[in-house]
Amino acid sequence: MSQPQIQSGQSGQSGQPMQPMLRASLAFAVIAALLLLVGIGQSWSFALAIVNLCLISAIMALGVNIQWGFGGLFNVGIMGFAALGGVAAVLVSKPPVVAAWAAGGVNLLLAAVCCAVTIALATLLYRRMRKGNARLLCMTAVIGLGVLAMRYFYTPAVGAIEAVQPSQYGYLGGLGLPIIFSWAVGGLFAAAAAWVVGRVALGLRADYLAIATLGIAEIIIAFLKNEDWLTRGVKNVTGLPRPVPYEIDLQQTPWFIHWVQQRNAAELSELSPEASGEALRALVVEASSLFVKLCYSGLFAAVLAVILALSITALNSPWGRMMRAIRDNHIAANCMGKHITARHRQVFILGSAVVGIAGAMLTTLDGQFTPGTYNPLRFTFLIWVMVIVGGSGNNLGAVLGGFLVWFVWIEVEPAGLWLVDNATAWLHAQHPVRVHLLASAQYMRLLLMGLVLLLVMRFSPGGILPEVVRRRQAPAPAERKPAE
Amino acid sequence: MADLLNALVLFANFVLIPGLSYGAQLALGALGVTLVYGVLRFSNFAHGDTMAFGAMATILVTWWLQARGFHIHPLPTALLGLPFGIAATVLLCMLVERTVYRYYRHKKSPPLVFMIASVGVMLIINGVVRFVIGADDRQFADGQRFLIKARDFKQATGLSEGLSLKVSQGLTIVIAILLVIALFWFLQKTRSGKAMRAFSDNEELALLSGIDPLRVVRMTWILAAALATIAGTLYGLDKSFKPFTYHQLLLPIFAAAIVGGIGKPHGAIAGGFVIAFSEVTITYAYKKFLIYLLPAAWQPHGLVQLLSTDYKFAVSFIILVIVLLACPTGIFRGRVL
Repeated sequence: MSQPQIQSGQSGQSGQPMQPMLRASLAFAVIAALLLLVGIGQSWSFALAIVNLCLISAIMALGVNIQWGFGGLFNVGIMGFAALGGVAAVLVSKPPVVAAWAAGGVNLLLAAVCCAVTIALATLLYRRMRKGNARLLCMTAVIGLGVLAMRYFYTPAVGAIEAVQPSQYGYLGGLGLPIIFSWAVGGLFAAAAAWVVGRVALGLRADYLAIATLGIAEIIIAFLKNEDWLTRGVKNVTGLPRPVPYEIDLQQTPWFIHWVQQRNAAELSELSPEASGEALRALVVEASSLFVKLCYSGLFAAVLAVILALSITALNSPWGRMMRAIRDNHIAANCMGKHITARHRQVFILGSAVVGIAGAMLTTLDGQFTPGTYNPLRFTFLIWVMVIVGGSGNNLGAVLGGFLVWFVWIEVEPAGLWLVDNATAWLHAQHPVRVHLLASAQYMRLLLMGLVLLLVMRFSPGGILPEVVRRRQAPAPAERKPAE
Repeated sequence: MADLLNALVLFANFVLIPGLSYGAQLALGALGVTLVYGVLRFSNFAHGDTMAFGAMATILVTWWLQARGFHIHPLPTALLGLPFGIAATVLLCMLVERTVYRYYRHKKSPPLVFMIASVGVMLIINGVVRFVIGADDRQFADGQRFLIKARDFKQATGLSEGLSLKVSQGLTIVIAILLVIALFWFLQKTRSGKAMRAFSDNEELALLSGIDPLRVVRMTWILAAALATIAGTLYGLDKSFKPFTYHQLLLPIFAAAIVGGIGKPHGAIAGGFVIAFSEVTITYAYKKFLIYLLPAAWQPHGLVQLLSTDYKFAVSFIILVIVLLACPTGIFRGRVL
């Protein structure tokens, strides 16, 4: 932030192609060092937990960067798309509840058919009839009748499904497939929702898209909280299967125990046989938890690498140049024959799909789907801070922002507590001011995030890793000197 | 005849009065959004949290007054705290204007940059509010609770349905009417108000005629802060104060401003009531109402509720979408964003 010359992006330094790469490597080295510090200072398990969420945040930030950095679309409904990914995790991985399907499946399908028929009829009327009051009346009548017919089947179906062992099931269940497929399905769900939002709001100006996405996210969350037949609503779906081994299984696997024993042979041999058995067991427990987290990290890192590679390729391709041209001057791009709305829709769907994938991964990592925990501050605006701070328009920047901001988000809470604790140490332990400050220290991180966002926007609008603008025929640095 | 009256009273009690007071609260909030949009030309995402900040400041003063034993008995003490809350919020908005928005205005940044900056402001204010008062529900209402009690109404009229009117609801409606009259008088009759409207209509022309832009911007923030504080306090008196609820109010407030026609004050008021009444009428269970009206054979079995109350955000959103598709400028021909 102390280098104001960064903000213009290519003043003076862009002549050297290594500069952005060097910057990126340095920034990532700092992140790695911070994570290592957490590993050594706090615990490796905690550090890995942060890494896993950093990876997921980085993917979400990449998705938002596709929309904002490539296309200049302001989407504040990230929470909704992430939640749709979470639904996919439930619907793919949970075994189907046969009794619930038997109880309400037929009626629910009929309701779905009614819904589809209504939409088809309404679209048909909209297309075939001339604009006017007659069309409005007909469409209202069709939609009204459709809703009534749908509710006729839907209400008993939902009642029947939710009555099937409500404490354990009360929902339809899923497909019982490996949960890893849900990552792709989550992307598809989010893409479908994005298509709908795009149809409505993308033709209009940018502010409307923001407000429309804000609304759709709230609606998706309300839907997931209340439609118990789908995801059990606020009763949550717990115990999702994992794509990686369980700790408890690992602790009984001979090769794993053997491996841990070998790794710590020197320490164990110094102890007496009983003590060494105890110590080995403790080590195995610790190692199994680390191993599981490492497995997740590997999977997430692979997904991140694929998406990052695709994003970088896309941004450097003719398509990416076209997107940036549209972003920077859509009128000029339109004059060049580019279909602005269609391209915007494309980029909006792509970005939302990436967010959906990350949402499914997050639910997989948690092992449970809890609609009550989706909060726009954490799932929408924090991701925005990541993109702006990291560097909008730069894929590596978005990844860096994901890592850095998530790290700060997690570590600020203990740091803030420590700070408040020390700053008010001179007060009596039960002093109301001290108690209040200790209780509300956790909210400091929202304040900090807002502050960071504003500071970066003001003093380094490109973010930490600004967008790299490559010019084909840049004049050599020596020729440029006199002009400046 | 008695059945018809009962049905009407029931409707008034559960739809009309809550809709009126909620609509007034939304209208006050939407007026703030619309003024900022009209003059500064961006959608202020921090408005919901500004309302929370104003309500918080009022609550703190109210608690202090209550602890000192100040009361204005039939009315809630919060009315005494309101001026202090407004002052604090005006200061906050001025500070934000000086440190954040002025820079972008000088740079002539596009509206999207302002919007993202307002997201940053929103996060900061949200953090401050939760830091100071916590994230839980806070009660600060005192004084008399009801203007009309359901039981008294039943005794007086002999009907089986009661009508109740809370003091907070009555206050909301009265204050909103007074405030709107004052605001329109200010915008139409005073020099500052005219300058504001001129600036909103055509910035270059206004600057050429010697209108001081800083003064107009300052005026706008003062009005927006006052409206936000009053709306926030009234909402808190009527329901309860919880920072997250205020954050979520952003959607219906935006919807109200856009439905009415953004940048148009009378549009914001109309939009507020349209959104509020749609929310209340669509999520109200009409079972009892219909039982009074329909002959015994036709009486409904279910709740006859179009949408469950949890979907009230969906209602404002759907209205917003319909308006965006049918007439993007809103009811009163506001700007196309």
